[in-house]
Amino acid sequence: MKIELSPGLPQRRRSSAIRLKWNQFWLQIWRDRVSYLFLAPFLICFLLFIVIPVIMAGLLGFTSYDGFGVPRFVGLENYIVMFTQDIIFLTKAIPNTFLFALIVGPGGYILSFLFAWLIHQLPIKIRDYYTLAFYAPSMAGGVALSVVWIAAFSGDRVGYVNNFLLDMGWIDSPIIWLQDKKYLLNIMIIVSLWTSFSVGFLSMLAGLQTVNRELYEAGRIDGISSRLQEVFYITLPSMRPQMLFSAVMAIVGTLKAGGISTQLTGMAITPSYAGHLVINHIDDYAFIRFELGYASAVSVILLIISFFAMRFAYRLFGSKEEL
Amino acid sequence: MMRRLRKITPFQVALVTSFTALAAFMSLPIIFILNHAFKPQNELFLFPPRFLVQNPTLRNLESLLLHASNATVPFTRYLFNSMIVVVLTLVCVILVSTMAGYVLAKNKFHFKQLVLSLITLSLMFAPETVGIPRYLIISGLGINNTYFGHILPALASPVAVFMLIGFISQIPGEVLEAAKIDGASQVGIFTRIVLPLSMPAVATISIFTFQGVWGDVETSTLFMQEETMRTMAFYVNSLLSGLQNSVAGQNMAAAAALLIFVPNLIIFLLFQRKVLETMVHSGIK
Repeated sequence: MKIELSPGLPQRRRSSAIRLKWNQFWLQIWRDRVSYLFLAPFLICFLLFIVIPVIMAGLLGFTSYDGFGVPRFVGLENYIVMFTQDIIFLTKAIPNTFLFALIVGPGGYILSFLFAWLIHQLPIKIRDYYTLAFYAPSMAGGVALSVVWIAAFSGDRVGYVNNFLLDMGWIDSPIIWLQDKKYLLNIMIIVSLWTSFSVGFLSMLAGLQTVNRELYEAGRIDGISSRLQEVFYITLPSMRPQMLFSAVMAIVGTLKAGGISTQLTGMAITPSYAGHLVINHIDDYAFIRFELGYASAVSVILLIISFFAMRFAYRLFGSKEEL
Repeated sequence: MMRRLRKITPFQVALVTSFTALAAFMSLPIIFILNHAFKPQNELFLFPPRFLVQNPTLRNLESLLLHASNATVPFTRYLFNSMIVVVLTLVCVILVSTMAGYVLAKNKFHFKQLVLSLITLSLMFAPETVGIPRYLIISGLGINNTYFGHILPALASPVAVFMLIGFISQIPGEVLEAAKIDGASQVGIFTRIVLPLSMPAVATISIFTFQGVWGDVETSTLFMQEETMRTMAFYVNSLLSGLQNSVAGQNMAAAAALLIFVPNLIIFLLFQRKVLETMVHSGIK
């Protein structure tokens, strides 16, 4: 092939420019090799156990898969079934989760801040004891605490709650708390609130310590008169990063809570689905019915919900990070 | 300073008193665990139920330690697994996360922004939501029924890395620059400067990692099919599932709850001081 020299020249120059950039890119990668090496162990685990599973869940959501054969592509069928035919999902899992999340999430969050703030008002010497008192239940973790809840909400007269209420004369006969669909979800909410003073709570405590004390003095000069104003105009804006972090933690903690119903009732599926949360629905389809494709579709929905909840939190706290 | 000079009003006294009562109320479950574990069999089912133990005994712990599930796997095996897993995970998480946190906070390189935003995004990630693909990956790697199956998933801890990035960014760049001029290598800077300076954050992530791993039942349920590889939390959880309507096992469950809780408490008490102390005194802002 005969090529004229003059048009060929810029092309070669362009390709060599690209090659130069490419080489430079690799040189930079090579220059930063220590950084990549430092990052590698984390990044590999991160990709393997977080990024890829999420992508896989997304893909599996479009298939019908029983865990043994080959996933069969079914398009949007899982999602269509979920929102048109899955009565348990629509009438139990979704409303329960929303009620549970709306109370436990914001409720636990506000209580965390309130208690962290109150602890911060105490003398430094005794702060530790109070921190421990509030933090200990969440520290003990679900497994250890279910021993407590089971004994407390036991359905006979030996149960602590029943015994107390009978003694006070507020009820006439013992209530079977954990098997009664009227009470189960409420008990789950109370128990989860009890353990909601976790990472976010500690982060708020740390955040309170970082607030510059001079700001309070300045605020007083500028006419801030009450503690409440101090909190709103100085404390909260100063510890915005910690508030955002604990908001995210609250969202995750709330949406993934589901083990609690199983631990309380000892059954994978709660009586008349009274405490059925979306997580329980996923477990039901994944590990009892082995419809992994459908279960993945449900988990995708849960991930989407938590993404939007997080986005809302970012907006609320006016983070620079756009999500 | 001003606060100390303020006079103590009756209102404040009332506030502190009621707050103390509230704190005591919140810690009821903990007091209960501590008492319940030492109750002899007859006190566990006493009517009316007593909250505090009368005649403390070690029988429950004893029967738990000597108990074997299905008469094949002794309890001590679960305990041993838990300890191995938690120690190895702690060491690895601290190392892996601080390394990642250091370069992400201080160094510039390609794809850094991508990794950072992935980490921020994955803060909302709860492993429970994608148990199925995680199971498939673990079996794909062939690490089910090994300790790797317990440890590796825990290493992907965006929360730990996120906290460390935040903390390490506060270390002034000049310190690192000075070290670099003095001829320190990246590894040297990391081990001699970054790691010691980020001890408070390391203590904090240790607390959370310990809690997460020590009480975790997910890895044992999903990734371990052999009973001998499962951890204590799993065993206790399986003890609990029959507890609602039965008398047998109550004593062991009470002792097991104590065994799960106490190490958490110890590690928190050990590090809480350190976290608060260093956070108050370390001048890095």
